[in-house]
Amino acid sequence: MTQDTDPTPLDEEPRDDVGTPEDAPDMIAPDAAPGEEPEESPDEADTDDVFVPDPSVFAEDGDPDGATSYLASGADWDDIVAEQAERTDSVIVVNMGPTHPSTHGVMRLVLEMDGETVLSLRPGIGYLHTGIEKQMEYRTWVQGSPLISRCNYVASTANEAVYCLAVDKLLGITDDIPERANVLRVMAMEVNRIASHLIAIGSGALELGATSVTMVCLQEREHCLEFTDSYCGLRMNHGYIRPGGVASDLPSDGLDRLRELVRLLESNLPAIAEFTLEQPIIKLRMEHVGTLDLAQCMALGATGPTLRATGYGWDLRKMQPYCGYDTYDFDVCIDTGMDSFARWKIRLAEMDESVKILKQCIEKLERTIGQPFVIDDPRIGPAATMTVGADGQGASNEHVKLLMGQSMEALIRHFKKVTAGFTVPPGQVYTAVEAPGGEIGCHLVSDGGLKPYRVHLRDPGFHHAQTMPMMCEGGMLSDVIVALGSIDPVMGGVDR
Amino acid sequence: MGIEERVPSGVMLTSLEAVIGWMRKTSFWPLTMGLACCSIEMISYGGAPRYDAARWGQEVFRASPRQADLMIVSGRLSQKMAPVVRRLYDQMPEPKWVISLGACASSGGVFNNYAIVQGVDHIVPVDIYVPGCPPRPDQLIDAMFKLKENEVRRQPLGAHAVAARETAEQAAIDAPALHELKGLMR
Ligand code: SF4
Repeated sequence: MTQDTDPTPLDEEPRDDVGTPEDAPDMIAPDAAPGEEPEESPDEADTDDVFVPDPSVFAEDGDPDGATSYLASGADWDDIVAEQAERTDSVIVVNMGPTHPSTHGVMRLVLEMDGETVLSLRPGIGYLHTGIEKQMEYRTWVQGSPLISRCNYVASTANEAVYCLAVDKLLGITDDIPERANVLRVMAMEVNRIASHLIAIGSGALELGATSVTMVCLQEREHCLEFTDSYCGLRMNHGYIRPGGVASDLPSDGLDRLRELVRLLESNLPAIAEFTLEQPIIKLRMEHVGTLDLAQCMALGATGPTLRATGYGWDLRKMQPYCGYDTYDFDVCIDTGMDSFARWKIRLAEMDESVKILKQCIEKLERTIGQPFVIDDPRIGPAATMTVGADGQGASNEHVKLLMGQSMEALIRHFKKVTAGFTVPPGQVYTAVEAPGGEIGCHLVSDGGLKPYRVHLRDPGFHHAQTMPMMCEGGMLSDVIVALGSIDPVMGGVDR
Repeated sequence: MGIEERVPSGVMLTSLEAVIGWMRKTSFWPLTMGLACCSIEMISYGGAPRYDAARWGQEVFRASPRQADLMIVSGRLSQKMAPVVRRLYDQMPEPKWVISLGACASSGGVFNNYAIVQGVDHIVPVDIYVPGCPPRPDQLIDAMFKLKENEVRRQPLGAHAVAARETAEQAAIDAPALHELKGLMR
């Protein structure tokens, strides 16, 4: 196993101690020969609770620097080529991305290759840095939901959920959320989980050249998006989950649509498993590729299907239930393959579990028809009662009549709520939910004002990006694509 | 930039324009330029059986800028990504077109902050803007057909191209400067 010892971001100024042609071969050496590392005595680890880093995983003081920094985001590619020409070894540097069709968005990988073998790999991120966390400090608590939705845009409902759960917790209303709101949240999250897994599987297959798998996945995803479209008006980036509940109830035909969706998914999803799981080419390409064992997952913060592929059934929906997940009957999907194929199988199985949850949602939604979908608190709920008119959604006529003709106080309150929103007591919380990719967490700090003081997102994709060197170094170039597809990082979430 | 550039203006050039325009319109290759959320809708446009761009022969997105005529800038463009996009645009052969897909690409969208370029028209010339956050694939289909019909098919050649450039330049010179504009601002 090789290691990631270079803490320097790729696009920093090159340090003067690296990068000279004479140094270059030496820079490679530690990666190629990990046996030379100074060994810590591992015995103490058993007796003490003190964390003793595994020298084969972590860099230590005195370790030589890892790899040279390569810059390629401007006009300096020529310099790299010149430097390359002066090198005495046969290592070539390959820049992959940020607009490579197989890097899942604008991720960049810098690879040092010896022939077909990857000697070192460094992911370069930040090409989609959007400043969402910073911008949320200048928006009200409710406006945060549609903004954070745009982080990991493939699994947007999980972002909203984790943020809104954090706000709920700070407000102290976690236990007061009406049942129907929680069921609607679960429904939205599970539909989104299926859509996200379908993209992960579909684009993973596309990168291997399996176009028909992609087509089938996109077709099924289309059904999911049609359903989300019907209850929140958007196919992606819904902004549906809000502090205190959800944005709107299901439309009058919502339950029928949900039943139809479940029927379609139940009949079509197994086909994907059927024609991929026994497919010899797919198996040859993905088995034993991009392996990560439990210790490596733990050390690098990998969660979700990547962690469950090591046989450890860590699923926050079971371990720390939120939104009433403890009242649903579903299984945590695990596998022991530890490789890309195991993650693929887990995603396929998880979609079936999500359909199972959706079926239970239908029962609960039938039982709670007419109940509130947002907390009964005049401070937090929506400013107006909404209705769907001929020209789309808008404030209901009765509400406008009340505001304009009858109650000055109601008008003032409406105005305050629309322009300023509500305040949240000072404090800080961390909440985590199981996003399709893994654990997504939100660290939220409030100073008691109308806006968050700080919002920080722990996106699973960010942590998975750092597992890339661990999975790919020492392997083949063609396996890099498979490994990358199997962890499914979405750059919107990684860079935020 | 071949022999067609030297054809004198007249019936011959006009017919040549019509033929070449029709050919360009029917073999119009987009570049895979996915940036953010909107790129997923762009993938739906190209790959999802429901939208099925293969119906008009456009399901193949080109990964190399040298084989592409159209850049669909789909999504928010960060300051760090801007030089990369511009470089790809420069590498595309003439004639080339740009669709700005989504609110972010067109104007910065909801992200009016330090990280996002407030519209890709700051770095590349845009031919058609598609609104929406994200725009539906239907909107992209509409934009694609409008672009093909109104721009790609009518791309002037040779002497006509020179004349079009000169007209545009003259119009820019003749346009009143900001302080000469009367009306709302005064
Ligand atoms: S316009 Fe909306 S969907 Fe498109 S990139 Fe911007 S935030 Fe994402």
